[in-house]
Amino acid sequence: MSNTRRLMCLAAATSALALAATACGAPEEEGEGRGEVPDAAQDCANYEEFGSYEGETVSIFGSIRDTEADEMVEAWSYFEECTGITIEYEGSGEFEADMKVRVDGGNAPSIALFPQPGLMANYADSLVPASEEVSARATEGWSEDWLNYGTIDGTLYAPPNSANAKSFIWYSPSFFSESGYEVPTTWDDLIALSDQIAADGVMPWCAGFESGGATGWPGTDWIEDIVLREGTDLYDQWANHEIPFNDPQIVEAIEKAGSVVTNEDYIYNGVDTISSTPFQEAGYPILDGECAMYRMASFYGAMWPADTNVAEDGDVFAFQFPEQNEGDNTMLVGGEFVAAFSDSEATEATRQFLASELYHNARLQTGPWSTAHQGVDPNNATTPINVLATEILTDPAVTVRFDASDIMPGEVGASSFWTGVIQWVDGSKNAQQIADDIENSWPQ
Amino acid sequence: MDISALTARFGLLAVGLAAFVVVMLALYGIAELASRRNRSRLVASVFLFPALLFLGVGLVYPAVRTFVMSFFNGDGTQFIAFDNYAWVFSDDDALQTLINTALWIVIVPALSTALGLVYAVLIDGRRGERVYKALVFLPMGISFVGASIIWKFVYQYKASGDQLGLLNQLLVWFGLDPVNWLNNFPTNNFLLMVVLVWIEVGFATVVLSAALKGVPTEIIEAARIDGANPSQIFWNVTVPSIRSAIVVVAVTVFIATLKLFDIVRAMTGGHHGTDVLAHNMWDQAFRLGNDGRGATMAVLLFALVIPVVIYQVRNIRRQELEAR
Amino acid sequence: MSVKTEPGPETDPRPSIGESRGDRLRRMFSSRVASAFAVAIAVLWTIPTAGLFISSLRPEDDIRTSGWWTVFTDPNFTLDTYNYVLYSTSAGGGLIRNLVNTVVITIPGVIIPVVFAAMAAYALSWIDFKGRNTLYIAIFALQVVPIQMALIPLLSFFSKGLAIGDFTLVPAWQLEGVNTIVQVWIAHSIFGLPLAIFLLHNFMRELPGDVMEAARIDGASHSQIFRKVVLPLVTPALASIGIFQFLWVWNDFLVGRTFGGGEATRPLTAVLGDMAGTWGFGWTRLPAAAFIAIIVPLLVFLLLQRYFVRGLLAGSVKG
Repeated sequence: MSNTRRLMCLAAATSALALAATACGAPEEEGEGRGEVPDAAQDCANYEEFGSYEGETVSIFGSIRDTEADEMVEAWSYFEECTGITIEYEGSGEFEADMKVRVDGGNAPSIALFPQPGLMANYADSLVPASEEVSARATEGWSEDWLNYGTIDGTLYAPPNSANAKSFIWYSPSFFSESGYEVPTTWDDLIALSDQIAADGVMPWCAGFESGGATGWPGTDWIEDIVLREGTDLYDQWANHEIPFNDPQIVEAIEKAGSVVTNEDYIYNGVDTISSTPFQEAGYPILDGECAMYRMASFYGAMWPADTNVAEDGDVFAFQFPEQNEGDNTMLVGGEFVAAFSDSEATEATRQFLASELYHNARLQTGPWSTAHQGVDPNNATTPINVLATEILTDPAVTVRFDASDIMPGEVGASSFWTGVIQWVDGSKNAQQIADDIENSWPQ
Repeated sequence: MDISALTARFGLLAVGLAAFVVVMLALYGIAELASRRNRSRLVASVFLFPALLFLGVGLVYPAVRTFVMSFFNGDGTQFIAFDNYAWVFSDDDALQTLINTALWIVIVPALSTALGLVYAVLIDGRRGERVYKALVFLPMGISFVGASIIWKFVYQYKASGDQLGLLNQLLVWFGLDPVNWLNNFPTNNFLLMVVLVWIEVGFATVVLSAALKGVPTEIIEAARIDGANPSQIFWNVTVPSIRSAIVVVAVTVFIATLKLFDIVRAMTGGHHGTDVLAHNMWDQAFRLGNDGRGATMAVLLFALVIPVVIYQVRNIRRQELEAR
Repeated sequence: MSVKTEPGPETDPRPSIGESRGDRLRRMFSSRVASAFAVAIAVLWTIPTAGLFISSLRPEDDIRTSGWWTVFTDPNFTLDTYNYVLYSTSAGGGLIRNLVNTVVITIPGVIIPVVFAAMAAYALSWIDFKGRNTLYIAIFALQVVPIQMALIPLLSFFSKGLAIGDFTLVPAWQLEGVNTIVQVWIAHSIFGLPLAIFLLHNFMRELPGDVMEAARIDGASHSQIFRKVVLPLVTPALASIGIFQFLWVWNDFLVGRTFGGGEATRPLTAVLGDMAGTWGFGWTRLPAAAFIAIIVPLLVFLLLQRYFVRGLLAGSVKG
């Protein structure tokens, strides 16, 4: 019977495939930067201060998934072993939506890792503030700037988890040294360099804003970097809506960003391709010498093709986004905040752990990661870019500001701001127009 | 995977199925008793009880709740009457969403059913019929998310260099420039519709093919003996015979189209003028946190099913008349 | 009587003895053209999926830089992506645990709604009671209630129970760990019921009334008629609906994720969807992940397609 035979063939083919896959076995520890929990953190003596909670379960919910999630879970595996707590981590690509369903549906996790302080503030009524113990650890580990973002109405709710340094520009060190270019430290130097490179026949900039449903967000980072360097007060007022989005200073800042981003003479492939170039691949032309610079956060280090040497003396590396004035030192950052919905003792112990140097040091070594916890040794980071990022993030002299679009309400930061940026680079609207639109979309 | 985890799960399955069997036996027992006393209303109640219980808790209550929420503001704290509805009809993006949805529900069911019918007739009785059916039905087994991944590979756009998307590669082979399909309003809407049609034609083909096989050969023979040509036989004999199946297919696809969410979410996120009601509903409620507007979109969704409901009512009345 | 010229065998529409309906229909459209057309459409329909399958066997860097059709001129295959997807998932147990979860979720998730729907559809078709049609229309209309709107109230029902004022109607369910799968069963059953009832009602209504009458005259009760007469007759419909429900439940991850208890009870699809990584960088793994998810539904359909098509032929009582 032909149908049965067909079925058998299919089954055989599937089994063959499965067998072949089995024969290959598990992949080797992939990706550079995979590491292990340091010996110090494997010793249960270090966990005694957290107490013992045999058989208790703490659920943690976050937006981190896949390899990054595996590495994070590994970092707290010894905490679990030594205290008896079982941590169940769940990551989701729809964090905001899932969070809402779970909280409103009465099934909130014990702990949630919020990637947006603004979003966290929405749940203030259901959150358990940080205990004295956790607050003490938080104050020890992070600067006031950081703690402000985890504070709602004067009460600290959440110390940070990871930290990304976002004000970076990727480049090819060899290309620069061969052509005699120097890494710029001020905005004017950056423009001068761009003109120089253009004159030498290479497109100075690459840009790509495509990111599926979140297309446009790299553009918001560009604008934020500019506004931040126009003045931290200005930045704060803008992010908190103390000034309107279409305030003349902001429009000016957008136009300043446009002097690079919407400049036909600067952008590889033309400005009109920016909104459809995926941000993950947008920096690759640097490797072929087809463009010189790409503005993107530190986590981009993990997105280069497999055999790229990402190091200061390698194929690609990153320098800090230049300041407006010589001597300034600012950094746009992202990260997650560790908030809790449960006040159980096991949850409290876990919160203490996650705010501790012990955890941050361990996590730094289980995989590519960066943190702003001042107690860690940046050199423990597993990749050169993360060492650099952690150095900057843990430096008290750096003025740190969280990504503004993650602070603004969702209608703006995760919607109209992105749309505005897309229209801006597509050329259908200018800086004033998108600023007006975004201001109009700000919820009352 | 360790044994305890395995036993926990299969143990749960066994317990669950056993509990289900127990419940069914109990229901059966009650139905038997009621039957014997000729109390048909009670029997009907027993038969309907499980479904109604589930539906009441899981769908009726949420539907009512949604309806109520549409009259409140974003976080449900303030009663704002019809403000949300006013917003829908005055906001450009919201209006575009409505227009898009209207296009979807007109085009997709009609196209899917028609193509499904044509294909079912085309392959009926042909050698390899099962293979054709399986191939065309395959997209249905893939899930909407899987289908979105597949079609992203078809529509993908690269400004320069090698194309990654099949459609653009075809253009390039013909000497044309690649197009950023998903960003291109209004074409992108139709391209998204293609994905749903691609999935639903398989459903239509399978159901209509089964229906075709139920058409008695005698009727066709009789028509042919009467001198009807193939086209006349198709339109005047075949189609009316499977009319109810056609309606079932069209209605099912219509409702699936109304609820269409995953394809828009995965492929465009509702951007570039491709938003539809079911997606915007979710966007408003869950991403932007505005429960009131999300609920309003849902209510409009409910409203769009009314014509089909009316048709069903007429259908039932007609059948009752015919049965007499 | 008019004089008819003898048409040739290819185009003679008159039935000959022993010829099947299929043969006749086939001749209705010119044979070869129609066949070619049938094949062309089938191929066209399969190309996108085939493209995905080929992509799943390509190295990730290749997927990022060139289209899948280039494998015909420049073949470069690898099983690395499948390897990664199958073995490197987190939190112990790998994909096998998620596969087991999906199986455990799916079986009752199909059986329960199909059985309940069959019962309800029977009552709505063959038991006469007042308000029957209104009830049916109401159930039919419920198909349009979006799942997203039902998530929060239903989850709330499970987590907090149902209370009116101070009076607790239903206590919180308090299910932990693997047992939360019970919630997933119920949720899937709820969402699958309206469509199932709609389809089954249509089928059952078309059953021959005389067989029912005969049974009733013989003194059979409704439940006996249901069990002994109706169910056998609608088995093919049950199979079709079972398959559609199976596909829906198997491919779902929203319901599984919302009502289940986190990592431990996550279905296969949830994990495979997340393969793209935190920033979507791993999208090149999605083809392989998608294919692993497709295999079982595909096999199920191929297995059962024959069954319910043949069943429909055998069960056809018309004529």
